[in-house]
Parts: sequence; C-alpha cells; structure tokens
Amino acid sequence: MATVSMTVNGKTVTGEIEGRTLLSHFLREGLGLTGTHIGCDTSQCGACVVHVDGKAVKSCTMLAAQADGCTVTTIEGLARGDQLHPVQAAFREHHGLQCGFCTPGMIMAAVDMIERHGGKLDEATIRHELEGNICRCTGYHNIVKAIKAAADEMSGSVATAAE
Amino acid sequence: MGVDGIGARVPRKEDKRFITGKGRYTDDMTLPRMGFVAFVRSPYAHAKIQNIDASAAMEMPGVDAVLRGDELVADGIGNLICGWMIHSKDGTPMKMGAWSALATDTVRFVGQAVAMVVADTYAQARDAAEAVMVDWEELPAVTTTAEALAPGAPQIHPECAGNLIYDWEIGDQAATDAAIENAAHVTKIDITNNRLVPNPMEPRAAVADYDGAEEHFTLWTTSQNPHTARLVLSAFYNIAPEHKLRVIAPDVGGGFGSKIYVYPEEVACLWAAKKVGRPVKWVSDRTEAFLTDAHGRDHTTTAELAFDADNRITGFRVNTTANLGAYMSLFSSAVPTYLYATLLSGQYAMPAIYANVKTVYTNTTPVDAYRGAGRPEATYVVERIMEVAARELGLDPIELRRKNFVTEFPHQTPVIMCYDAGDYDASVRAAQDAIDYAGFPARKAEAASRGKLRGIGVSCYIEACGIAPSKAVGSLGAGVGLWESAEVRVNPVGTIEVLTGSHSHGQGHETTFAQLVAERLGVGIDTVQIVHGDTDKVQFGMGTYGSRSGAVGMSAISKALDKVEAKAKKIAAHLMEAAETDIVVEGGAFKVAGTDKQLSMTEVALAAYTAHNLPDGMEPGLKEGAFYDPTNFTFPAGCYICEVEIDPDTGKTEVVNFVAADDFGRIINPMIVEGQVHGGLAQGIGQALLEGCVYDADSGQLTTASFQDYCMPRADDLPSFKVMTTETICPGNPLGIKGCGEAGAIGSPPALINALTDALGTEDLSMPATAEKVWRLAQAARAPMAAE
Repeated sequence: MATVSMTVNGKTVTGEIEGRTLLSHFLREGLGLTGTHIGCDTSQCGACVVHVDGKAVKSCTMLAAQADGCTVTTIEGLARGDQLHPVQAAFREHHGLQCGFCTPGMIMAAVDMIERHGGKLDEATIRHELEGNICRCTGYHNIVKAIKAAADEMSGSVATAAE
Repeated sequence: MGVDGIGARVPRKEDKRFITGKGRYTDDMTLPRMGFVAFVRSPYAHAKIQNIDASAAMEMPGVDAVLRGDELVADGIGNLICGWMIHSKDGTPMKMGAWSALATDTVRFVGQAVAMVVADTYAQARDAAEAVMVDWEELPAVTTTAEALAPGAPQIHPECAGNLIYDWEIGDQAATDAAIENAAHVTKIDITNNRLVPNPMEPRAAVADYDGAEEHFTLWTTSQNPHTARLVLSAFYNIAPEHKLRVIAPDVGGGFGSKIYVYPEEVACLWAAKKVGRPVKWVSDRTEAFLTDAHGRDHTTTAELAFDADNRITGFRVNTTANLGAYMSLFSSAVPTYLYATLLSGQYAMPAIYANVKTVYTNTTPVDAYRGAGRPEATYVVERIMEVAARELGLDPIELRRKNFVTEFPHQTPVIMCYDAGDYDASVRAAQDAIDYAGFPARKAEAASRGKLRGIGVSCYIEACGIAPSKAVGSLGAGVGLWESAEVRVNPVGTIEVLTGSHSHGQGHETTFAQLVAERLGVGIDTVQIVHGDTDKVQFGMGTYGSRSGAVGMSAISKALDKVEAKAKKIAAHLMEAAETDIVVEGGAFKVAGTDKQLSMTEVALAAYTAHNLPDGMEPGLKEGAFYDPTNFTFPAGCYICEVEIDPDTGKTEVVNFVAADDFGRIINPMIVEGQVHGGLAQGIGQALLEGCVYDADSGQLTTASFQDYCMPRADDLPSFKVMTTETICPGNPLGIKGCGEAGAIGSPPALINALTDALGTEDLSMPATAEKVWRLAQAARAPMAAE
C-alpha cells in the first residue's frame, strides 16, 4: 500500500492505495467522484478524461501514484457553483449528449481542446481532436456543434476581456 | 401549443446531472459490505469442463467464495430462455438448447462464464478468477452458418440436431416462383449483413442485494426494461417471486437493444448475493462486453427480384440464413423472422413475396436485436437489390423506386404488415432537393479531375415500430404482450409525476414526456417529473426498444392524462358552479369558457385532496393510470441519399454529403428527434464502412474484442448530417407518432454501399467497406483507364 496526496477539485485529498490503483479508480472508488466513467480497458474511449495539472489525461491510463502532488480537476469540479462552464452549457444547449456516459470525458477533452486552440477551432480540427473520445449515441454531430459554439463564446469573451 | 409543448425544441431536463457528473449509473452504486464479482470465462469456443479447481483461488487475499454452475443448478436456478416461439415450416417448434447462467459441463463460445469469484475488492476478484484452474477438453468449433450446417459439423446442442434451430417461411411460394419464372427481368444478389457489436458506452453492470429477513432481492442493473427483467428472473429463473424482487435500472448509458435481455451475469449475481450473504457488484470490462453482450445482424441472403416489361415488381424471393450464436437469447428468434421478413416489401407494391429463413447455432456469442433488429437486414436486401436492378435495367435508381412505390393507404403487403400512412415520394423529393441530386454528375466530374472517385447512393427504407399489438404478436409466438402503462399523479400542490413503463437510456423521455403533459395541461415542464426504471415505483411496463416509447409509451400517458383531465374538469365545474362541458384547460388553468372565471391546477388539485367540496360520490385524489395496447405497428419511412468520395490511392472513403429525410409522424421535440437520427446514422455508417466482428475460423476466437480491433466510428469518420422530416400523421395512436429511434441505423447502410458501388463501378463490395477492400476495387476500376 502507498499513500498518495493530491488536490482534487480544489480540495487536498489523501488516500491509502495499492500501487496498481489507476487514477480513474482512485477518483471513483476512493473519492466517490463517480462522474469520471470507465468505458473501455484500452485507453480508447475517453470517458475517463480529467485534467491533471491543467492538461487532459485519460485517468485510466495513469496510476494514482503518478498523480501524487498533482492538481486534478474532474467533471464535478468544472462548474463554479451553479454557474455551468461554457462547454457544459453548450452541450446542453446543442443537445451534445444523449445517454450521458461519454459526456464527462467529452466535456473535459473539449475544455482542454478549446484552451489549446482558442477561437481557431474549426469543424475539421474538432473532429480530429476528438479521436480519443468515443460516443455511441450522438453521431458526434451535436458534440462538434457544441464545442464550436463554446469555443466561439469563450474566445469572444477572452477577446472582450482583453480589450 | 405552450412554449414547452408538442413541437418545441426544448433543451433536456435530464442534462444537468449528466454534464455535471451527477448521473447515477449502476456502477456508481455502493452498498455496505459489498463484494466484487469476477467471472471465470471460457478461453475456448467449444469445450468440455473436466474439472474446476478453486483451491488456490480460495487461498488468495480477500476472496470470499468461488461459485460454480453445478451449485447454481442445485439451488434450482432455471435456464435462460428465448421468449418468442417460432415454428418451422413443417410445424415443429424451434430447437432451443439449454443455457445455464454458469456452464456446468460444456462451454459453447469464448467468454462463456463457468464460475464466479466474490472478493472484497475488484482487483482481488480478478486476481482470484485468474487462479481458478479449469481442466478443459477442447472440442471442434464452428463460427459460420455454412460450416455449422455442413454434414458432419460439430454438434453444438444435443437438443438441436444439425445445428438448425428452425427452418421458417412466410409468403406465397408458388405465386412468387411463378412471378420469377414469367418475369421480363430478374435481378439476383447474394448479400451478407455483417455481425456487429452494439457497444453502448456504459458496459453492463449489476449490483445485487439480498435481505434475508424479508427474503427480498434488489437488483440494480443496466436494463432497457426492468419489469421484463423482473418477470423473467421470477417466472423462469426462479430467483424469487415478483413481489420479493425489486429491479432498478437507474441511469443507463445507452442500450441499442443489447440491454433488453436478462444475461447470465445478472442471474448469477442475484444468486450469489444470497449464497454469500453480502451484496455483490459486477461490472463488465470492454472485452467482456465484446464477448458476452448480444451481437447483432449476421445474415447471409440470396434474393431475386422479378420485374415485368414495364419495370414493375412482380415477385420477390428471399433465402436467408441467420447466425444466432451459441445460445438463443431472449428475443433472438423473432429478429430474423417477424422483424425481418415482414418488411421485405419495402416501400414498394409487391404482388408476391416468399421468404425462407433458417437460423443456426454456432460457437459464437449469442445474437439478438441490435438497433433496428431485422429491419436493417431487410432494408439492406431490398435497397441493394433495387439499386442493382436499376443499374441492370439502365434506369435512374430513384425513378425505378418511384415507379414501384406504394401510393395508396392502407396498403396490405403479402407479408403480414398493413402500412397505414405514408408519402414516400415526399421524402424522396426532400432528399433529392437537399443533396442537389441533379447536380451530382458535375460534382462527379469535378472529383474525377482531382483523381477522386465520387458516387451517390439512395436508400428508401420502411420499418415497423411502435412494437407492438399484443394480440398480434401473441399469435406470432411472443411470450409477452407489448402494450405500455402509465400513471399520472397530480400532487396536492399541482405538480405532476408521471410514472411510465418506458425506460430512458439516452432518448430524453424526461423531457419529451413532460412536453406532452405541458401540452395537455398547460403547465411548465419544470413542474413535471418523469419516474421510470424502478419496479417498486412503476407498477408494470414493457420498456424501451423498437422505437416504441413515443408511439406506445406516450400513448399510455395520453390516455392517463385524458382521465386526469376529465376528473379535474368535473371538480373545476363543481367548484365554479359551471357546466362540465364549459370547462376548458388553458395555460395551466381550468376556465369557464366565455367568462373570466378560472381555477389554477393547484387549486383544483388541492380541492381533490382536501375533498371538502367534491361532487357527490366522487373519490378524493387526482391520480389516474392507463394501459395502452396499440392496434397496429407504426411505419416510419424515409429517403436517405449519400455521396461519397474515394481516394483511389489510399482506399479512404469520405462521406462528403449525407441527407436524411424521414417521416416519423408527429414530432414532440425536433431537437431530440434529430439527435436520434444522427446517432442512428453513425451506427449505420459504422456498419457500412468500419465495423465488423471477425472470428478466427480455426479457434473460434473473437479477434475483434476491443476498441483497438473493432473500429467504432470516431468523429472524423463522419460528416455533419443534413436531416429533415416530412410528415404524415400516424392514424394508429392518439398522438400520431411513428417513432424515430432506429431509422438512421436501418436506412443508412444501403445508401453507403450503393454510393460506393456507384463510384467503383462494381457490385462486389461487402460490409464493412474498409479502406483495404475499397482500395483493391479502386485499383481494379482504375486499371482500364490506365491502359487507355
């Protein structure tokens, strides 16, 4: 057993874990943050994407021990109180989800994508960037639309703030 | 219509929990003292179990129990069953092999469970399952129907000599044979419908609990129809009487048919929870899902379509062999028969049809309904052969279809179905306009100038949804009725709860159903709560599949609302001293027509519950239930046109344009309906271009058992879609709804293959049309040009 300590959604947490414990399992079972989902065993589906030190990571591909000392944000930590993150709001507005299972990973991947590309995201780039996230319900059509809308909105607000 | 009512593009009520990580799926449930289950599964496609030695596993840390099939059988747990009886053409019943939740002496497909470990943690259970030693005697295995039907093939079940489950027929053989003999032209195709894995993103899971004091079980499970699960678990698998078993299907992450069935794991977990005296949880990993979730499709077909000299269809003869895998899953027998051959008339007037369907056991994962279930297979046969026929006859494929369209309704086909309403030409025109059909030759020429091959393909599908009239399906062998139930509870403060037997696992019922209430009672959807998925809350229901929740489920709600409205009007009339016939419902209030007198829903509801001043003899309360049994299937139909561009150097196919024009009858929420079409199209395009199970012929191993090996459609494999609707109202149900859940998956595969074969100039292309297959054909197509 090993002790890990990290900041998750702004709170410092500590856990006693087996060395082989994946970050996804630690979040779900250790911390009860069940918004991070597990949809495959091969790091293909992306349902488990969280942010580790500001970057999108498939939490099933990382040992919890590797996240020791890191800052982790999960889907539960994205909204500010009742204020949804623009990507969350866009997914609802544009019907970018159906069963909801891939949604947390999609949203966390999309936030990271928008932060990296700013307002320059076009449809082709969004589709290419989503290659690590599988959705079986939506045909991606409305996911792409939601991410584009959120990117436009977020870059617009960034531009406004800079003025 | 109110702002939230029928036809409004309302964002979904259920979304907030999903976008904030607060969805509650089965794997999110944790109970005190809960143990974790791992199954010991067969590595062989066909083998005898000589011995199971659990001694080493039992010594491992955290291990509570290792349970075997012989113990399960000794405890009286019943075999899994197929619930739809099909008789062969000689009158004999289908030959169903015994299927125990844990195999006792023989395994018949890779992944079949033979034992289960219960341990304190998931990792401990997995470790111990690895340590259970099974002595196997490998037997010869077959994975294809051709091999399984060959003389001397390995026998899979003692109950089914020759592996032929049934040999079934429908239609008029003599009339069809005569039509083909006397035809001016006959088009013949041999066609394969590839085996698919449904792959909802949430893997199956079960949490089972047993309360010894009450002798009561609770099962949380990933089910599309929890009441059916409870019925089957009680009546056939002997888990417990229904009143001692609660089944809860909480948030469910997609189903697509694969979560209709009661699987061995759920049976075994319930049994184990009692046996070991602690709650247990099992969660499928993805490879287990590939190996054990019911697969879809897997048909091979020969079809012959006869035309007269005027290019009108005179007869259609179809011979299909369907692979049902190693065991007969819950509705498997109905899929290649009544959900398939009854749709072979397509959108066309066909005087004679004859279909012969054989189903076969093989050493593969059981096959059952997957999105569309039989109807995609029928549509693929009909729409491929229409396209090939048009090419052979030198006709525009749309003109040949148009010439043969059913144009008068009701239309009785030769294969049971009676189409009630439709306008097939309207959807064709809409699709043609949207894709600029007339402009295609110019686009093809432009692509050719860039060295690319462009093709266009059409598919005019029809499906039978709103499953289904109970009496009709009963006469065809169904073991259950397929009605739906609903209960509408108006609370004393005027808020409303709707309890429904439908189950939402992505379809947005919490919004759509609330919109119906908003439309009828003029209340906002935020005052309406939809309750589903719990047998303790909802009395009974048949669940969600076959695009039935709108046409059947909402019709039940509508009937219950009729009763609520009638009673509320009586109360309002009494309180306002008006005639009941003068009461109108408007904006959430009960008004006396032509006056300014009105009472709010809250006032009427409160009056119903205080019962201080009700009409003489009226019972207090405002709560009504209804059962709705449809009188016919519904018949969504539409036209899909697809344009592809092939890079002959790489074989890569780009779907450059995809138009879907659907007639779903009345639409409640266009946003949700479009989303259903998008998702269906992605699965259909996946089938056509990317997805396919591959079994190793020698070993029977599923070589496509992960997302690394089985190509799920990614965002950059798909285009943005142009979807639109035309509308003919369904006369068969009170809301005029036809259903929209499966159309995309049904109609799209032939559109893709028709477009690819158009581009490549050959019909010799099977699904999935992978880059390799397309590249080989593109090279062959290019060779003559190079020689010129």
